[in-house]
Amino acid sequence: MFELDRLAVRYDGVEALAPTDLSIGEGETVVLLGPSGSGKSTLLRSLAGLTPAEGELRFEGKPVSEWRAVRSRLGYVIQDGGLFPHLTARGNVSLMARELGWEEARIAARIDELAALVALDGDQLDRFPGELSGGQRQRVALMRALMLDPKVLLLDEPLSALDPVTRVRLARELRGIFARLGKTVVIVTHSLGEARFFAQDGEASRAILMRDGRIVQQGAIGDLVANPADPFVAEFLAAEDAL
Amino acid sequence: MRRITAALIVLAALATWLGLMPSTPARAEEVGSKKFTESVILGEIARIALEDAGIEASHRRELGGSRILWDALRTGEIDVYPDYTGTLRFEILSDLRLPDDAALHDALAARGLAMTAPLGFSNGYALAMRRDTAQRLAIGKISDLAAHPDLDIAVGNEFVARADGWRALSKAYGLGSLDVRGIDHDLAYRALAAGQIDLTDAYTTDAEIEAFDLVVLEDDRTFFPRYDAVYVYRSGLPDTAVRALDSLSGSIDEARMRELNRMVRMEGMGETAAARLALGRDNAGADAAPGRWKRIWDRTLEHLALVAIALAGALLVAIPLGVFAARRRKVGGAVMSATGLLQTIPSLALFVILIPVLGIGAAPTIAALFLYSLLPIVRNTHAGLTGISPTLIDSADALGLSRAARLRRIELPLALPTIMAGIKTAAVIAVGLATLGAIIGAGGYGQPILTGIRLNDTGTILEGAIPAAAMALAFEMLFNLVQRRVTPRGLKQAEQGAKQ
Repeated sequence: MFELDRLAVRYDGVEALAPTDLSIGEGETVVLLGPSGSGKSTLLRSLAGLTPAEGELRFEGKPVSEWRAVRSRLGYVIQDGGLFPHLTARGNVSLMARELGWEEARIAARIDELAALVALDGDQLDRFPGELSGGQRQRVALMRALMLDPKVLLLDEPLSALDPVTRVRLARELRGIFARLGKTVVIVTHSLGEARFFAQDGEASRAILMRDGRIVQQGAIGDLVANPADPFVAEFLAAEDAL
Repeated sequence: MRRITAALIVLAALATWLGLMPSTPARAEEVGSKKFTESVILGEIARIALEDAGIEASHRRELGGSRILWDALRTGEIDVYPDYTGTLRFEILSDLRLPDDAALHDALAARGLAMTAPLGFSNGYALAMRRDTAQRLAIGKISDLAAHPDLDIAVGNEFVARADGWRALSKAYGLGSLDVRGIDHDLAYRALAAGQIDLTDAYTTDAEIEAFDLVVLEDDRTFFPRYDAVYVYRSGLPDTAVRALDSLSGSIDEARMRELNRMVRMEGMGETAAARLALGRDNAGADAAPGRWKRIWDRTLEHLALVAIALAGALLVAIPLGVFAARRRKVGGAVMSATGLLQTIPSLALFVILIPVLGIGAAPTIAALFLYSLLPIVRNTHAGLTGISPTLIDSADALGLSRAARLRRIELPLALPTIMAGIKTAAVIAVGLATLGAIIGAGGYGQPILTGIRLNDTGTILEGAIPAAAMALAFEMLFNLVQRRVTPRGLKQAEQGAKQ
């Protein structure tokens, strides 16, 4: 699905992502794990072309020339949802479909389908983001990301702004949704618990541990815990476990 | 977004409608006058004399100072106006150093202009003091002033600036040690009578000299030249019109003019009535002035047209400019500085600068208001757009929205409350500034303010000032309402403390 060939990102001369080679296969669930500032969000953003990068990135085998075309095949969810405050939940979800000229009936049918998937009711969809709880906002953000039935879901710390109860509930639901839809998923988290949870299914999932803009180790999450590549990996995993 | 477009269209339509309202009638001979009473009376006299000769004529009263009238005559916006030989020789054509009035005739002819023979009086400059001050300090001649450097002197703004004004006088009499400041000529007498200043310049036909019991200092070195009143007109004026103006030569002496000035300034007689009196006509057939409410209504339409057209134009330019400034940070900085710089040009100066390009009247006023309206709108559009959280911009980009769609569906709606606040500021400023347009003949609420100051008539001043304040308030309330209407419901809730 994605092939990165020495992809690198600099902000004002500072290397946010060192030249990185990486391949993400179709249907794979990849968890980008690491402390804050490790470059995991930068890597995710560069997968959606949201940050200018050097090197090459291929999507479905072809170098990206027009990001806009690619983005309609990506669903992107960020920490606090990134919902537009001036639009209702429904307005947020249907925005891009309207822009593409979908018919009202098709939009309504798709929204019903997605609302059932994320367990939101019609009344909640008519509210503005400010009137929704954090968990509801993330469900709306997920609906918005899934509206055009993308091939890939990119999620940047989707659970970190939520209270523990909501977080656990939504994490379970997300995993169920990922399993049901069979999409390629790249999810960023700083929490080993979340990484374990989403990268549970050994075959199709992988954890990538990052530090200082570099990939330190990748593989099945169990392998990382059992055979840390260096003291940093061991320390990071132990620290996460200690709390 | 559709709502904004609709609002813009309505505003533009309103502006066009109002702009067409005072539609120009068939070309009549246009008489102009300066913004002091004598000039207005002389303008009326010319208008009536022309009409009596069967020539259609109208009078654009109170068009500011000499330079504005001169420029308007040169560009053909007016056909005739009263001026003084001294003003023409020493101010308007001072570069030519004309030795006498014959040379003045030639210089005018070379510019396609002509002047009548003198009307019979000189309204020259003089210096005036209160009688008690003059007696106490034993001042009778201008040369006596040199011994009194402590005098508080305030002279008309025009007199400070002109070539034959205070600087030349000070040199001729050796008054370099005296401090002098500028004051509006009409306010000077009141300040003098109230003892706030000791000395001011006066015109020899001013009614106040006798009314306030002032002493005119003897010009013992004959510094002041004669200021014979004449009509200056375009050479292309029809012969009948020229004859009608010439027939007025020698018909008004200084005492007569001072009397006419006194009746208008002190006794509340209208300029038209005074002009008819000067022409030996009774006032039985004088046109009744329109009633107060009709006057205010007419002024309201004029004022609204000035503000609405300027504002509609500013919207069409400033919002795209603000968007551009927000998109290109570097060029944006230059755009912001440029509009900010415009704001620092003194408004009166800007009005006058625009006259050679746009003539007098509504056009230069609208242009000036337009320029002043740019900054608040550009600045707020820029601030509204750059203030949007980068996360939301990322979200919009990640969805795959094009830049145009992002602007239309996300950025402008989110910036709208800020943009509206800028438009409101621009509107309120424009309503206030538009009153200055009266000086260059734009009409509006400034007209009664100007007339009221000239006649020292508070009632007339309020006739302009109160509606102007009311209109500013009305604009403020209207835009508050619009702002509330166009603010998306989600943003209002966000303001009330929820997240985002």
